Amino acid sequence: MDQSKIRNFCIVAHIDHGKSTLADRMIEKTGVLTLREMQAQVLDNMDIERERGITIKSQAVRMIYKAKDGQEYTFNMIDTPGHVDFGYEVSRSLAACDGAILVVDATQGVEAQTLANVYMALDHDLDVFPVINKIDLPSAMPQEAKDEIEDVIGIEAQDAPLISAKNGIGIEEVLEAVVHKIPAPQGDASAPLKALIFDSIYDSYRGVIVFVRVKDGVVRKGMKVRFMATGAEAEVVEVGYFAPGSFVPSDELTAGEVGYFTASIKNIQDTRVGDTVTDSAKPCAEALPGYKKVMPMVYCGLYPADSAHYSDLRDALEKLQLNDASLFYEPETSQALGFGFRAGFLGLLHLEVVQERLEREYDLNLVTTAPSVVYKVHKTDGEVFDLTNPTNLPDPSEIDYMEEPIVNGEIMVTTDYVGAIMQLCQERRGKYLSTDYIEQTRAILKYELPLNEIIYDFFDALKSRSRGYASFDYELKGYEKSDLVKLDILINREEVDALSFIVHKDGAYERGRKMCEKLKEEIPRHLFEIPIQASVGGKVIARETVKAYRKDVLAKCYGGDITRKKKLLEKQKEGKKKMRQIGNVEVPQSAFLSVLKLDNVD
Amino acid sequence: MDEYFDALEKEISKSAKEYKDRTVTTIFFGGGTPSFADEKRVCGLLQRIRDEFNVSADAEISIEVNPASAMRDKLVSYRAAGFNRLSIGCQSLSDDELKILGRLHSSSMFVETFNNARNAGFDNINVDVMSALPGQSLDSYGSTLKRVLELEPEHISAYSLIIEEGTPFYDMELDIPDEDTDRAMYHETKRILKEHGFHRYEISNYALGAGDDDAYECRHNKVYWQRGNYLGLGLGAASMVDNVRWSNIRDIGTYVKELADAESSFDKIRENVEELSVKAQMEEFMFLGLRLVRGVNVRQFKETFGKDISDVYGNVIDKYLGMGLLQYAGDEENYLSLTDEGLDVSNTVMADFLL
Repeated sequence: MDQSKIRNFCIVAHIDHGKSTLADRMIEKTGVLTLREMQAQVLDNMDIERERGITIKSQAVRMIYKAKDGQEYTFNMIDTPGHVDFGYEVSRSLAACDGAILVVDATQGVEAQTLANVYMALDHDLDVFPVINKIDLPSAMPQEAKDEIEDVIGIEAQDAPLISAKNGIGIEEVLEAVVHKIPAPQGDASAPLKALIFDSIYDSYRGVIVFVRVKDGVVRKGMKVRFMATGAEAEVVEVGYFAPGSFVPSDELTAGEVGYFTASIKNIQDTRVGDTVTDSAKPCAEALPGYKKVMPMVYCGLYPADSAHYSDLRDALEKLQLNDASLFYEPETSQALGFGFRAGFLGLLHLEVVQERLEREYDLNLVTTAPSVVYKVHKTDGEVFDLTNPTNLPDPSEIDYMEEPIVNGEIMVTTDYVGAIMQLCQERRGKYLSTDYIEQTRAILKYELPLNEIIYDFFDALKSRSRGYASFDYELKGYEKSDLVKLDILINREEVDALSFIVHKDGAYERGRKMCEKLKEEIPRHLFEIPIQASVGGKVIARETVKAYRKDVLAKCYGGDITRKKKLLEKQKEGKKKMRQIGNVEVPQSAFLSVLKLDNVD
Repeated sequence: MDEYFDALEKEISKSAKEYKDRTVTTIFFGGGTPSFADEKRVCGLLQRIRDEFNVSADAEISIEVNPASAMRDKLVSYRAAGFNRLSIGCQSLSDDELKILGRLHSSSMFVETFNNARNAGFDNINVDVMSALPGQSLDSYGSTLKRVLELEPEHISAYSLIIEEGTPFYDMELDIPDEDTDRAMYHETKRILKEHGFHRYEISNYALGAGDDDAYECRHNKVYWQRGNYLGLGLGAASMVDNVRWSNIRDIGTYVKELADAESSFDKIRENVEELSVKAQMEEFMFLGLRLVRGVNVRQFKETFGKDISDVYGNVIDKYLGMGLLQYAGDEENYLSLTDEGLDVSNTVMADFLL
């Protein structure tokens, strides 16, 4: 295929700025699909994504566009995940493109995520051109948005198409701009195969379907290919293009093209995003740059609410992992929660998405333990290990020091809330770096924040303290030494492993106190008094007491009351069954979840 | 109203045919307030029962009266018709508390009713009192109890107000006594009544006399807790006969219509018919029997179900014996009963007796 007629690009935007809608309109206009075939948002095909308005799994689509110059162009639009948790996957999707469309909401202007995504695109040497969306809204300020793009991002924006993706205004202009502003690929079709994996999905009939951008050479049916990082080899069974919502087989994919291939690969772990695919018989000299093995950043325990469903949970995790190479899990046992799994995630959103899919698609009722980041524990005997479960922390006497992950965070916020957000960051042990004013009413606050301070309820706190006007973006900076302790919770003097967590020494009291208060609300009264204690290193730092109930009597029970009375007793007994037994205390499942959300705006 | 009484009389006659081989040992007119109705019709019902059922000569025959409706002549008629036990819904002797409860009577009306009852010849009178009422203090409750005792009733039912979902009180912002006060009232009841020569024989019921003297214990109510047979007549009335429970329908139109038809079967006026499984019978045996201070008769359990109680409930019994909430008592430790502490939290213990 003539590379000069190919355009490989992606759309970058802040969440809600209209990326998916624009993608849909472009697909419609290029006529690959009839209107009837269109789902509301073709690119997002997972329910959760649709509800949250975000795209999790990257996908690509090919469109044929007949330009005003009379030529037919092949557009490959590669969709990128819109959330910071998937930063690496975004970067690989970007690496598969030659240019990017930047969508900016005319009513909102540039936001933290917009910036993060654009910078990422520019870092990958993509040519970026802006479009201003939602211009038909009364509150639209297209000129201000253009100026802001030029001021803040530093790319030319005055001739940016003014569009309304929702109402189909200006789409033609965008398509023309793709032809003229995004460069054609410059691959060498005669060189050895060099293709970048930017995604892969598992299909129960065909095995793993690998999504690639061919940089050099050709991939065709029957060819034996090698995955350079994992070393896996396989024979190509099928190659093809992406049509919206389906796969279209073809004979080959050549330099500059985007498509898929299958090779009867059973394990998605063999086809890592970012890896380079080459010809086994005639391998390329070196792999494409940028590959890294993604490591989970956040861990938590996943337990079936009803222990009888352990094997269902295991099967569900197995299935999810087929499509999600970044999901990690291994079996673990908790004294309080029984048999379950410790699972690792790219971030909190990833965790929530997996949790929701388990509950929704697999109909499982879960109890999740507090998420934990990965700490580096340096022991006095010189051993260093990664701690993913607080319960495994050795005795303090064996610990030399600990390190925790730190992120570089950027918060974009309207100036009214700068004070409130700075206070929040301070409470979360943030190290202030700088404030940049984008315009008179908005600023970007830069902080270094410990990851463990933002994985609980930072997003919720940010939202409530800025009335929704703050946006947040972060990337891992590295590990730093920190004064950390393990906070244990004792219910009726029994330590509850599922409630232990690592916290900075200075925050231990506050957190312990809040947890005790919360648990006091959640644990029903028993026949005896129940102390709830928070302790650090065996020393109790906070305590609450669930008083014994002293009266639980049905005063009247005569002839007509007996059936009703029995129902009441049954309800009482049923309620008890749903609880977790800790020693002789019955703790409701909700208690384990309630301690995950402790932030309240005082 | 007359239509209803006519139907009720028909139900009596019809039922009497079904149970003609049984002896009636207790009769209770209650549920709602029979004293609001025309006493001639009420007495007529009793007469009808005596005519058609085999009522034993020493049967306990009670009627519930409301102080707002029970005037002297009514009480005289009741006594003359054969009622020998009276239950008066006093609730409180604080007029403020009565008003909040929405009662139509005043404290002085209660005293008058009580005196009228005595004068009419009732020598077995129960008084209902309530604790934990909105606006009630420990003092006002104690004062109610003492003033009731001055009248020297033979029986006291002392209930603590429990506000349940779905009742008007549930949605109101009421000044309910806190838990400690509620608790203190409850203990005050036991203490004061003991001082006055009463013994507690059920969670909320006290009878005059020492513990082994059951003369004034309500024989009718004990039938419920000991799982005797009882037949409920009238709208919504509950029955249990030979381990089948049912209740009458609550729709008056259907009730009247079906009873007017001599051919109509009882099925038309009965609902929620439930044949109790052995499991359900055991559960009831326990949670009803444990309401009685004396407890459940262990030997009777074995006789009834052919199994030792410990084979069925060993674990639960051991658990609560260990916690001091259950005890074995009586001659030869033949009774399993709740301790004083156990009675306070009886629901928790009883729930564990469900199989």
